[in-house]
Amino acid sequence: MALDGSLNMVGYGLAAIGPGVGIGLIFAAYINGVARQPEAQGRLQSIAILGFALAEALAIIGIALAFVI
Amino acid sequence: MSLIPTLVAQADEGFTPPGPGDFNLPPVGPDSTFTFLGQEMYLGVTKPMLQLVLGALLVFVLFRAAAAKREMVPGKFQYVGELGYSFVRNSLGRDLIGSKDFMRFVPYLFTLFFFVLFNNFFATVPFLQFPTFSRAGLVYALALLSWIIYNAVGMKKHGVLGYLKHQSVPPGITGPILLLLVPLEFFSNILVRPVTLALRLFANMFAGHLLLILFALGGEYLVVHGALAVKPVGVLAWVLFVAVAILEVLIQFLQAYVFALLNAMYISGAISEEH
Repeated sequence: MALDGSLNMVGYGLAAIGPGVGIGLIFAAYINGVARQPEAQGRLQSIAILGFALAEALAIIGIALAFVI
Repeated sequence: MSLIPTLVAQADEGFTPPGPGDFNLPPVGPDSTFTFLGQEMYLGVTKPMLQLVLGALLVFVLFRAAAAKREMVPGKFQYVGELGYSFVRNSLGRDLIGSKDFMRFVPYLFTLFFFVLFNNFFATVPFLQFPTFSRAGLVYALALLSWIIYNAVGMKKHGVLGYLKHQSVPPGITGPILLLLVPLEFFSNILVRPVTLALRLFANMFAGHLLLILFALGGEYLVVHGALAVKPVGVLAWVLFVAVAILEVLIQFLQAYVFALLNAMYISGAISEEH
């Protein structure tokens, strides 16, 4: 059995675990916060999306490097 | 990927997975190449360029038309336009930049948000079906614009040296640790920000479109060339294609929102008083 393809993509798959866990934690905290205090949703939403964007940046850098290197 | 053909395919030709090359669309109309500084440059009009212009025109025409009548009791069209405007003004402008001087930036944020949003939606609109910002060069220009804007408003407010200090010296920290922190903060706040801003939008659009191509082509390959037992898998791939396309619409909206949100965050960080 022969497999070929880029090992980069396996590396990227592994690298995406980190941001995946991070984004999960961010939204878990966001849902928790809204469940405890529904009126704070507006404030929490932009913070959650910002955190999501920052954690996602790592996955994005990963996919860029997976294609470049 | 020689595993898939040997296991599932009857035909001897293999499956070529889609790659970054699929994003190099052929030019619309005449094209030529020329040499500039020893590099071979390309001159021609491609589909993403046309979509960029179409997106700008759509934003202008739609909101111009929505704001044309301005009745006290808005009609449907005016209502939708006002909804979009107040969404950007309130959730991006007022909540992030602060109620004192957010109105200066609302036109920029509003145009930026809807420009990016429309161009992202082009990935789903039938017959266009290509995300404009999956070409990195177009996003770099947008990121450069926002880099110039947030640095310029910060320098105008604090002065050049004051602004550099504002961005690179974290408040409330003294002593030798500053030797480590100042270059880091400068690097992250001034140099890396436009790069991550551009890459985030680009890579999301790129990866989303690549995923759709993969499901469509892979499903087609399995149905057409696959053995009888794997033909249903090809159909399943097409079902997933539809599901992923719906997810993509959500991502397209979210990325336009994040792009405008980060612009607002950078501006608010640049013009804020001592933290």
